[in-house]
Amino acid sequence: MRVIAQIGEWFDARLQLAAPIRDAVEHPVPRNTASWWYVFGSAALVVFLLQLLTGILLALIYVPSAGEAWNSLQSLNHEVALGWFIRALHGWGSNFMLAIVLIHMMQVFLFGAYKFPRELTWIVGVFLLLMTLGMAFTGQVLRFDQDAYWGLGIGASISSRVPVIGPAVVKLLLGGPIIAGATLSRFFTLHVFVIPGLLIGFVCLHLLMVLKLGINEWPMPGRVVKRATYIGEYHELTKTDGAPFFPYAVWKDLFFAASVVLAVAACAMYFGPFGPTGEPDPTIIQTVPKPDYFFLWLYAVLSLLPPSLETPALLIGPVVIILALLLLPFLSGEGEKSWRRRPIAVLTVLVTAVALGTFTRLAEVAPWSPHMNAWSSDPIPERLLTSTTALERQGALVFQAKQCRNCHALGERGGERGPALDRVAGRLTQDQLIRQVIQGGGNMPAYGKNLSPAETTALVAFLQTLHPPGQTPALDASRHSVLGDGADTPPGRR
Amino acid sequence: MSNETKFSRRGLFTKVGILFNGVVAAALAVPIVQYLASSVTRGRANGYLSWVSLGRVNEFPEGETRLATFRNPYVTPTDGKTADTACWVRRIEGDQFQVFAVNCAHLGCPVRWFPQSGLFMCPCHGGAYYRDGSRASGPPERGLFEYPFKVENGEITIHAGELPTPGQTATLAFYRKPPCA
Repeated sequence: MRVIAQIGEWFDARLQLAAPIRDAVEHPVPRNTASWWYVFGSAALVVFLLQLLTGILLALIYVPSAGEAWNSLQSLNHEVALGWFIRALHGWGSNFMLAIVLIHMMQVFLFGAYKFPRELTWIVGVFLLLMTLGMAFTGQVLRFDQDAYWGLGIGASISSRVPVIGPAVVKLLLGGPIIAGATLSRFFTLHVFVIPGLLIGFVCLHLLMVLKLGINEWPMPGRVVKRATYIGEYHELTKTDGAPFFPYAVWKDLFFAASVVLAVAACAMYFGPFGPTGEPDPTIIQTVPKPDYFFLWLYAVLSLLPPSLETPALLIGPVVIILALLLLPFLSGEGEKSWRRRPIAVLTVLVTAVALGTFTRLAEVAPWSPHMNAWSSDPIPERLLTSTTALERQGALVFQAKQCRNCHALGERGGERGPALDRVAGRLTQDQLIRQVIQGGGNMPAYGKNLSPAETTALVAFLQTLHPPGQTPALDASRHSVLGDGADTPPGRR
Repeated sequence: MSNETKFSRRGLFTKVGILFNGVVAAALAVPIVQYLASSVTRGRANGYLSWVSLGRVNEFPEGETRLATFRNPYVTPTDGKTADTACWVRRIEGDQFQVFAVNCAHLGCPVRWFPQSGLFMCPCHGGAYYRDGSRASGPPERGLFEYPFKVENGEITIHAGELPTPGQTATLAFYRKPPCA
């Protein structure tokens, strides 16, 4: 033991780090911050370290070349011993990191920790969030598969909408005129050098400020932050009701961080790595690209926005959100910290969480996407074909062959782009059906040029049988006076 | 001492030293920026676009729309399969063609042609286009991107080489007629 102590002293005489480290770990924190609510920041840091480690391990095998990346991922998944596990750790680690960063941010927001004097800690945190999102997107590109390839196309399409400099931004982003070798190389540079370097620097700043300014005390309703008095009050609090961070508070951080890493490992072991999906071959177009989990909400928003609002929302929306986050500590740098006295803050968090959750869920179902093979894989339910005329059955055939099923469901199978047609005859009269089929409208293409008159007649005859038993199809009240007695009979049975 | 801090030899040298470093950094920044912006500046000189062949005209039956592939005119050694690009070729009749980019005019996903319903459909956000490339429904604000083409000696060539995106229509023909049922 004496030898170890002597070696320690030898190093410390030169490094002189022991005293500042002891000061840092034993700095007094308010007792009520030793709470399970205060563990997310340290957990995010630990998952970030896990990402650094697994990222370096993956770089041992991964080849950042558009021609080889996909093969090297296959090799990691199938040939290299436990390569799949390291990939899975890195992939699940990224999901966990983003989730924990968001929870951490929500907690900081609800606890008013961004208020004076911790404004800059919050601002650095906003940049850390943006970098984490940047890592998530560039990481998805490095998993160079079909989703990555077409995801880059989506990124390029969005960037191209920037006024004036759009096309130049696209070429800068892609490193050339198309998504190719140079594109992957620059995303590799961003993911492996640029963003992690910035992240490490910003994490250090963030931590430094937590140490210098002290951890945010547990917010009490009525204890109002004032610039003039806060720092004195905080020091008083740590003096009268404080405890050293180590070991008083740190054990909760340790337990939570270890549990999170264990959860990442369990997910990695149980669910395995993400992809890669098909080879990134631009000539294979039979693909349904979707972003990774954390960008699904954006995928949904892009589908649901009216076309005229899309470009403004894409270009102005992020600027407004980021500005709002950056300006928050200046707009409400003082005042109540407790969520009990900040109903708008609580509502903001709830609305954001519900919106993100809803959009993510919608994107999983993607009701706006046609089911590209419904017309050849989902048969028309038998009950809809019994006791029908030859013309109506011919109409069912037209319905299937013209790929109406890709957008319209029957018997709960088929696309959801358009309305389900099981009861359409109750909603639309014969004339309305003909008009809708031929002219389209309300987001339906016009089929006039692709259906012969005979096909249209058959199709509409079939559609008119689609109503619940015992219910009569919708009828135009004026038909009787125009067509006389034959008006009640559908054209197929006239 | 106070005289020294105001204007001393050392103070002057420090300032000149900082200036010297600034000049060196600025000089070095020129090639660095040129290097970084090379992908943009080359494109501005139209160095990416070129006429590429899609094959013999008679490989494309009249009245049909077929998928064709071509090698991107600007290729780097590490491109692998991404050096190839696909496009939809519609031969109306004779030498009348329309060549569409596979990229949806909304956000660039690959559209698929459904000959039975005469529609191009996009799997991402549900954009649909008629056989002539004009917008049928969904989020796209315009029709499919078209490549300029020419037919010479029984061979069809297109002017291609850049990823078609909604913001960059200068080099690509705008869709010609509004959809009409």
